[in-house]
Amino acid sequence: MHTPDEVTTNKPKQYLGDSVHFQDSQGEIHDHGHHHHEETHDDFNFVTKYIFSQDHKMIAKQFLVTGIFWAIVGGLLSVIFRLQLGFPDTHFPILTAAFGNKWAPDGQITPDFYNMLTTMHGTILVFFVLTAGLSGTFSNFLIPLQVGARDMAAPFLNMLSYWFFFAASVVMLISFFVPNGASDVGWTAYPPLSGLRQSSEGSGLGTDMWITGIALFIFSAILGGLNYITTILNLRTKGMSMAKMPLTIWAFLITAILGLLSFPVLLGAAVLLIFDRGFGTSFYLSDIYIKGTALPNHGGSAILYQHLFWFLGHPEVYIIILPAFGLVSEVMATNARKPIFGYKAMILSMLAIAVLAFVVWAHHMFVTGLNPLIGSVFVFLTLLVAVPSAIKVFNWLATLWRGNLRFTPGMMFAIGFVSLFISGGLTGIFLGNSALDLHLHDSYFVIAHFHIVMGVSAFFGMFAGVYHWYPKMFARHMNNTMGYVHFWLTLIGAYLIFWPMHYEGLSGLPRRYFIHSNFHSFNHYGPLNEFITIAAIMVFCAQLLFVFNFFYSMYKGRKLTEQNPWKSNSIEWTTPIVPGHGNWDGDIPTVYRWPYDYGKNGIDFQPQTTPLREGETIHG
Amino acid sequence: MTTFLVFLAVFLLGMVIFQISRVNEQVSVLKGEEKAHDETDNLSGRMFLWFGIIGMAALFWSVWKFKGYLLPEAASEHGHWVDSMFNVTLILTGIVFLITQAALFWFAYKYRGKTGNIGYYYPENNKVEMIWTIIPAIVLTCLVVIGLYNWFKIMRPAPADARQVEITGTQWYWIVRYPGADGKFGKKEFNLISDDNGNKLGEDFTDPNSKDDIYPSEMHLEVNKPVQLQINARDVIHDVGLPHFRIKMDAVPGIPTHIWFTPTITTDDMKVKTGDPDFVYELACDQLCGAGHSAMRFVVVVDTHEEYEAWLAKQKSFYESMVKGSPMDPDAPKKMAAK
Repeated sequence: MHTPDEVTTNKPKQYLGDSVHFQDSQGEIHDHGHHHHEETHDDFNFVTKYIFSQDHKMIAKQFLVTGIFWAIVGGLLSVIFRLQLGFPDTHFPILTAAFGNKWAPDGQITPDFYNMLTTMHGTILVFFVLTAGLSGTFSNFLIPLQVGARDMAAPFLNMLSYWFFFAASVVMLISFFVPNGASDVGWTAYPPLSGLRQSSEGSGLGTDMWITGIALFIFSAILGGLNYITTILNLRTKGMSMAKMPLTIWAFLITAILGLLSFPVLLGAAVLLIFDRGFGTSFYLSDIYIKGTALPNHGGSAILYQHLFWFLGHPEVYIIILPAFGLVSEVMATNARKPIFGYKAMILSMLAIAVLAFVVWAHHMFVTGLNPLIGSVFVFLTLLVAVPSAIKVFNWLATLWRGNLRFTPGMMFAIGFVSLFISGGLTGIFLGNSALDLHLHDSYFVIAHFHIVMGVSAFFGMFAGVYHWYPKMFARHMNNTMGYVHFWLTLIGAYLIFWPMHYEGLSGLPRRYFIHSNFHSFNHYGPLNEFITIAAIMVFCAQLLFVFNFFYSMYKGRKLTEQNPWKSNSIEWTTPIVPGHGNWDGDIPTVYRWPYDYGKNGIDFQPQTTPLREGETIHG
Repeated sequence: MTTFLVFLAVFLLGMVIFQISRVNEQVSVLKGEEKAHDETDNLSGRMFLWFGIIGMAALFWSVWKFKGYLLPEAASEHGHWVDSMFNVTLILTGIVFLITQAALFWFAYKYRGKTGNIGYYYPENNKVEMIWTIIPAIVLTCLVVIGLYNWFKIMRPAPADARQVEITGTQWYWIVRYPGADGKFGKKEFNLISDDNGNKLGEDFTDPNSKDDIYPSEMHLEVNKPVQLQINARDVIHDVGLPHFRIKMDAVPGIPTHIWFTPTITTDDMKVKTGDPDFVYELACDQLCGAGHSAMRFVVVVDTHEEYEAWLAKQKSFYESMVKGSPMDPDAPKKMAAK
């Protein structure tokens, strides 16, 4: 990790551990709250600086690096199962060498292993990479820096939010190595498959550990969310009204509220599942005969779990994409050298999306036997949520219009994001219509939809954020050429992987199928599956290029020589090149204008800290 | 060996990219910021335009290439409604797709950066926001109305004369039951299920209605006659997926579900229509149910009236063929005590 040297040497004002006390150059302690933190923080040791750090920037980097680790694991899992799907008749000795005879005898993976791979791929990517790795990283990094705070409102809780995430990661990782393997009941873990230990290999200890890992993850998310909301509402610097906050902050705020309200419901669903699995209850189980035995459970509803799961599950996808929205808006405005178009509309649409997110969950359940009238309500609300999403896309397009586009790698990913979000979002309109869902449910069409609109899109938002804020995080530049290669390979490759899946889904090909050749109806996609697999391997390799660039540039990247390399308006770029604990040497700057004065009155950019001139009208 | 060579090739390619990237960075620094940026912006802008053009062309090409492998011809009455809804949605979303993607890649090209240019300070326009809020809202309302109209039609109660077919999912096969001549299913109780003695549905054979129930190995349906599927599961959630008929309905343990439809094309006619002599209607499981999820295949045959009657006449009831005289048979005389 990068070492900020200035932290231990001369600082006119010392940051004293929490967000309200600092000691000025006369040695006086200024106290904006009650007096309980005395120790100075100019002597961090290795453990308190890099491991159990309470500095939001370090915590952000911890989330990022852990997220990158999980992205590699999750991506690798998909390469393995794509090998099976693309080359079902080929034997790959390397698989047996890597996984042994239980999971991959004779060079081919077993159906149980396939289910484990797909289950963990989904779990890892949805939660560990795109939630923790995305909002964990950027909410932590950017909130104090962009609102003008020394650190989060509760740095100790913030540290805990990372370590709960780490604990969840450890549990999930270990679950791969227990005798019957990790969970294989789908990332959605529907009971009774997940509610009965005997229903599949991985529904024993593997699923116990999965549930434990998810519970720990939920604690992490809640702790993080509390901090983000509190800091944004309470610790904005002078002049930073809500209407002058960058869109990143609005996105992180709304995401945190979504998470706080929906994650506990998943915890509830998981607790009931634990009871059914181990304590003889019948929350989800009724009338079951399995492996030669009629079980005593009676009265439960497997559909109850789906309601509880999707009550989180649907907001979860917005928890994933909203931060990406914020990052893209910010990167795009900065690099288009003009304001984000429709700042208020962008905020209102995010609010509308957040509210609607809570009332569309049963569009995942249209074919569960739900009362059609209830289904119809969810059709209406689901298609309604397309409206604010459309507004955002139009606003991004309008932001590009008549701009002076600077194509940094971050900007490339922001533009790619818009393309993918359009493609993936539009297929949601097919799926949201229940009568169409009768054909498309649980088919490859769904896989195509969520990968493009959530998987790849959110990744592009994350990449835009990493490339753009890397100089602020590590005081060095990532290599641009590798960035461009990474971008084009990923954009082209992702479309090559997921676009054809729409076709497979239309013909009825079900998802989560280990093999496609059992059915005459879907037997003809062999060559296409091969093509998709090869594209997937290529895209995975392109990500390794990014990972190399990321870590290499930390030590050997071109050093940053100016505070504000992107000529951006937001105030994180007013901190020193290497911001210490407490972010600003001296007072936190006062803010006078909104973050999007690019090209105003012929001036290329005017940071938020620039006072208004005589007679200048303020925006926002 | 091949694996090793593949890894080696990828690694070497990575090294090449790395070295070129390093050189490029040095060159950019030497050129100076402005010149370097202008060159990359110009190149990237052009690449975006080419990506948009080639991408769109590839899209159309792929639709042409996979024609015939997309939506199979609908073989049920409501299937045609589903397909026409699909087409309407495709046209509307297709228009939006074309316009927005074209705008995106065109703007990326047209407004590619150049030193000395300045962005146009245009922060908002509420009127335009209203327009592009209201138009999507109207379009989506239309889709909702059409969608729900069809949804309620599909989900309306089955006609009184609909034939009943029961299907039960279990790990990892389907059990289909016909009610036989009396048109009534025998009572069943999950506690009576026993795979050992063959009573896989837990049918209560003391119930007279059970005596003529049929457990066929293929699901035969009569063309143009409505059929209602009574759907169950024994162990975990499965799903009855009939893509040609545009049917999908979960099979949930403890919560029976049902769905009805009217098949409109016989299997023989489909063979002619598709030019595929091996054509067969298949039922696939559409909810992850464990290791055998991709193996739960059940054949469905749509017969003409004569073929259907002939097939039905040939079916022996489950009771007659499997139960009578066996230990399951409640009417069998009690066995004599062993001597």
